[in-house]
Amino acid sequence: MQSLPTSLSAWVIVLPVILPLVAAALLLIAGRRTSFAAFLSMATAFVVGVAELTLLLDVMADGPLSMTMGRWLPPFGISFTADTLGAGFALVAAFVTLVVLAYVQSDPPETPIRPAFYALVLLLLAGVNGAFLTGDLFNLYVWFEVMLISSFGLLVVSGATPALDGAVKYGLINFVGTSLFLLALGLVYGALGTLNMADIVGAAAKASPAVMASIAALLLLAFGVKAAAFPVNAWLPASYHTPPAAISALFGGLLTKVGVYALLRALLMLLPASRDWLHPAIALVSCATLILAPVGALAETNLRRAIGYLLIGGIGAAIAGVALPNLSGASGAAAYVVNSMLTISALYLTAGLIERATGQVDIRRMGGLYVRNTPLAVLFLLLVVTVAGVPPFLGFWPKLLLVQAAVERFATGGPSDGWAIALAACLLINALLTLIAGARLWAQIFWREALDGDAAASSPPERNGRPAFNLAATAILAAVIAVAGLWPAPLLDFARAAGAGLLDPGRYVAAVGLAGGR
Amino acid sequence: MDAMFAILAGVFIAVAIYLLLARSLLRVLLGLAILGNGINLLILVAGRLTRAAPPILRAGVAAPDGPIANPLPQALILTAIVIGFALFTFLLTLTYRSYQALGTGDADAMRQAEPTPSPNPPLGY
Repeated sequence: MQSLPTSLSAWVIVLPVILPLVAAALLLIAGRRTSFAAFLSMATAFVVGVAELTLLLDVMADGPLSMTMGRWLPPFGISFTADTLGAGFALVAAFVTLVVLAYVQSDPPETPIRPAFYALVLLLLAGVNGAFLTGDLFNLYVWFEVMLISSFGLLVVSGATPALDGAVKYGLINFVGTSLFLLALGLVYGALGTLNMADIVGAAAKASPAVMASIAALLLLAFGVKAAAFPVNAWLPASYHTPPAAISALFGGLLTKVGVYALLRALLMLLPASRDWLHPAIALVSCATLILAPVGALAETNLRRAIGYLLIGGIGAAIAGVALPNLSGASGAAAYVVNSMLTISALYLTAGLIERATGQVDIRRMGGLYVRNTPLAVLFLLLVVTVAGVPPFLGFWPKLLLVQAAVERFATGGPSDGWAIALAACLLINALLTLIAGARLWAQIFWREALDGDAAASSPPERNGRPAFNLAATAILAAVIAVAGLWPAPLLDFARAAGAGLLDPGRYVAAVGLAGGR
Repeated sequence: MDAMFAILAGVFIAVAIYLLLARSLLRVLLGLAILGNGINLLILVAGRLTRAAPPILRAGVAAPDGPIANPLPQALILTAIVIGFALFTFLLTLTYRSYQALGTGDADAMRQAEPTPSPNPPLGY
């Protein structure tokens, strides 16, 4: 069997997966010293980020890039295929990981960050990158499980009892979610005889629509669990606030976004005809998530649980892009995921700083922090308006694209007019509710007077550690968010290319080397 | 034969879903184990069952002379079994640890991360 020659430049696709895996294995063998582990993991995340930046620039210039393993011709070999969407998300994931690793450096020594933490973070990064870059559905399942097992480890690394409680719920639900994905995958193989994504694009169009629609429904449920979309979101507020803040930030930035990415990939690119069948269900899920999540944040008193609800609201916005399958909708979803990865991680990191400055996790016992720590107040306010989507901040641009998509879809007419208008309304109400919930958190924590007899107000509990360094890591992330908001052209270019690639997979199919792309 | 195995896989998955709906974590874990087996069976059927020859070629032959069995589902299932086993054992240990720490195996009674009744949000500043 003659195989396609793999050019040397195509190897850059697998670097973001191989490097963290090798580094994590090295750390497990030899990483006894925390300083060495920290250095190696940060260096790995940096190199991975550079590789992904070159990959993204390549892909945006020349179209998708593919590499098939082991001299097997596609669709038989496992393909890694990077398109704009996957490469861009992977780049942001590496950046967020790097920031979180830098943030952890200045945590006080009593925080339960051990050498194993770094190995697990690298494994998580490998899983996330693999999920973003793979071109094979079964391989996607494997990367989901790599992410899952390393996130289990990270969740319980502190050993605290609430973390165990959260981990049980997180673990069981997510394992059921990936099992459902495996079930759908078995059915895809039974119906189409292939698991290569580029091959599925062509084969699914010819298969029985009813069979493909039921498979798509199963995928919607499975990825909905991973993304924490409304009826299956309860695991997220139950678990994401239990580990240390840095790990919450990593989870909030990376894990749910992989679920959204898989939804975009599966429903917009692989099974667009089945997506049309499921349209009302997807629109309903999106609307319900958009409205109910910020209401949950309003009713919450635990700071990081409230941020968890804000995160879920963003998932609703990203799924609105799946419910609005035109160029603006797909681009809006891609841009929203990038925004959410950056903003939610920054919010969790800021929440960690707030919890350290006040010694509390409950917003009812915080107050008056503005006087003691003004930079933190500015940072949190910036992130609140970003997550709500106030112009000219980063969160505004993806929401603008999504509302534009709804208007376009309404203008072109069709049976789904009502849903398009409902989605636009829900997006706007979500922005308002998110702003209220976020501003309320800010007022509770920073703006109101310090509580009487508040011991924390007179003697700050920051005994050791270097909070200035934590603040610096978070501030760098926030600066990137602010600059990207004021100069949105690169993000919008990326989003438009990613959305176009999803809706018209011809170049993707051609890059894998399969003729007969649509 | 395919249809019978497909129905059997369906029975496995139905049993698993029934167990997953329980509050007792032990039953949930059993449900997960059965769910994994049901799915593996389904992948095997998805590759179509056959009595044909094993997919191994004699030396010097480029293509099989008759129908051969599909080797791919077995590779998929083997991977899924390994992953599923690893995650299942981790969850089993985790559940046991949380049973030790929390003193209960009832999902409704595990309230460390989410205290009930949840406090009312502050109504003023």
